[in-house]
Amino acid sequence: MHNPQLNKDGELTHLLSIEGLPQRILTQILDTAASFMEVSARDVKKVPLLRGKSVFNLFFENSTRTRTTFEIAAKRLSADVINLDINKSSASKGETLLDTIDNLCAMHANLFVVRHASSGAPYLIAEHLHKVGRDDIHVVNAGDGRHAHPTQGLLDMYTIRHYKKDFTQLRVAIVGDILHSRVARSDIHALTTLGVPEVRAIGPETLLPKHLDKLGVHVFHDMEQGLKDVDVIIMLRLQNERMTGALLPSAGEYFRHYGLTPEKLALAKPDAIVMHPGPMNRGVEIHSAVADGPQAVILPQVTFGIAVRMAVMSIVAGN
Amino acid sequence: MNIEIKNGRLIDPKNGVDRNTSLFVADGKVAGLDAAPAGFIAEQTIDAEGQVVCPGFIDLGARLNSIEAELAAAVAGGVTSLVVPPDADPPLDEPELADRLVHRGTEIGKARVLPLGALTLGLKGERLAELAGLKKAGCVAFSQANKQVVDTEALLRAMEYAATFGFAIWLQPQDYWLSRNGIAHEGEVSSRLGLAGIPVAAETIAIATIVQLVRDSGCRVHLTRLSSAAGVALVKQAMEEDLPISFDIGVHHLLLTENDIGFFNPHARFNPPLRAQNDRLALSTAAASGLAAICSDHTPVGADDKLLPFGEAKPGATGLEVLLPLTLKWAESLKLSLPAALARITSAPADVLGSERGQLAVGSIADICIFDPEATWQLTPEALRSRGKNSPWLGYMMSGKVQKTLVGGRVVYSV
Repeated sequence: MHNPQLNKDGELTHLLSIEGLPQRILTQILDTAASFMEVSARDVKKVPLLRGKSVFNLFFENSTRTRTTFEIAAKRLSADVINLDINKSSASKGETLLDTIDNLCAMHANLFVVRHASSGAPYLIAEHLHKVGRDDIHVVNAGDGRHAHPTQGLLDMYTIRHYKKDFTQLRVAIVGDILHSRVARSDIHALTTLGVPEVRAIGPETLLPKHLDKLGVHVFHDMEQGLKDVDVIIMLRLQNERMTGALLPSAGEYFRHYGLTPEKLALAKPDAIVMHPGPMNRGVEIHSAVADGPQAVILPQVTFGIAVRMAVMSIVAGN
Repeated sequence: MNIEIKNGRLIDPKNGVDRNTSLFVADGKVAGLDAAPAGFIAEQTIDAEGQVVCPGFIDLGARLNSIEAELAAAVAGGVTSLVVPPDADPPLDEPELADRLVHRGTEIGKARVLPLGALTLGLKGERLAELAGLKKAGCVAFSQANKQVVDTEALLRAMEYAATFGFAIWLQPQDYWLSRNGIAHEGEVSSRLGLAGIPVAAETIAIATIVQLVRDSGCRVHLTRLSSAAGVALVKQAMEEDLPISFDIGVHHLLLTENDIGFFNPHARFNPPLRAQNDRLALSTAAASGLAAICSDHTPVGADDKLLPFGEAKPGATGLEVLLPLTLKWAESLKLSLPAALARITSAPADVLGSERGQLAVGSIADICIFDPEATWQLTPEALRSRGKNSPWLGYMMSGKVQKTLVGGRVVYSV
């Protein structure tokens, strides 16, 4: 099957999903991100890699946090950044997604950073750009429905590599609402591609997608068993709307079984790190003592995220 | 007009005919086979050398968003009768609407239009539509299209009422609650792509309910568009119990699976969803063994309604003009004989309708398709007469090309 993310020479032209990307590209992104870490520490936090290029942040779904990190990353690459909250403009006037794209192409965009509530929307855009002969415009998926959030997946990998060095000896547990999580899907593909021998998914049956084993994941319903001897714990956010209705009885019961407390953390390896894509629900999926404790690397994740997004944008849209 | 069709390979699955011979049409009916009936003088002679002459196809599911274009597409695809589900805008829930549709079809004079009346007003699943009135206006049976009667009591009463008059009900078995949020088969692909799933249980639960209500009411029920192996197994069981139940399968479900969604291809979005490989195999086996009819489930969707992210795109594919080539493609993959394949789109759907059509015995209505089984053509938007250019097969080569179509002894399509 044609992989729309790679060009004829096998180079990354869009970042739509981690799935289907070879290990060498993931490693290239992580290595490039490492070189950008130093930029963010400078007084003048800029490199000219995307000077004169226009990056459009197209957020069809609200997200201040992700949009801001993309904006900072693009600005540090010297790009011009235009933020569009499509929710509030075109879409409400009935303009279709692809009409919006055509209009922005006519404004000489170079890169679209896309967040959309429907799984697969960035693929539709990438395919459309190809059809209208605009292979010079690149797409970076900033989260599509439940499908993928590849830059989050990559910054998680950057974090793991930073603290653990080698992927090939690790046990990683992903805990919580995997069913609705694009972060979890991206993490799973990234971890297996980078050679992590044991990826565990921990959660109640209502929050786990079917056939997870086919993605190379070991499923645990008991968090205490699932956390035993792991090196990395990735906690997922539990959306408010999941806490009522038929998926879960209450936030309290969820926390008792799947909340990360100091006691449960003690079952993991002593040097295990705790990650979370944010924003956290303290007392729902994670205890404050863990979130603020010495094993949490949640704030460094945010810092690494900027370097990773710089790396992705410079690789797809740089010269 | 008296027409002689000579030199063709005449295949009439219903009557076990498969031989090179001539067929004679007079007064809109088949007047003779092999030798001309006494006093027959042909006004038109069609040389069908190298071609198959068979009953016109009966399609158990075709939506007509624009009736003229779609009826032209039907005869171009060899379809001479088509069953129209009631989910038009407005839904076909009043006798006048059915009457108008049938008249419009007759006026256009191409394929025969066999409407399904809405079982309930507005397809809401609450109040019964005027079934007897709809029947009188030409409805062949009653259906909810792919909407459900959520209230089980309402469904039982509808079936009891229909049974009173000997009417058949057509239902697409899909549990409302388990399917309302889903957009793809709940399986490996939906898990990977992050698409909300519709579990197989949505189909089996609905079938189990319907089968029990058939047992209780005695109503004749036709199940449309089965999608799963487990669903087929349940219906098969009910059929072995001699309950008045039949079913059909959309031709795309015989050839495609969830894997054809690829990178979110909106053309692979169907209702019910394309399921797993074992489901496809079970459907294929059921069709091959003669249990089920095959239909096109023709659903023309405008380009704008497909150029959307997978979950927002409208489900369905254009079908009338690909029913024959896709059925042949399916039969080829199973090494099924041509008569056996054609039976699925001629005599099998006629049996579902309790119709005498779908055969070419002397005295039958002369609804005839003449096609070249070897001719190939490329499926492009321009090649289709249907307004619906939506197909997962765009760009593919199709084998099997209709040369002429006759409805009631009149040539209504000719290349």
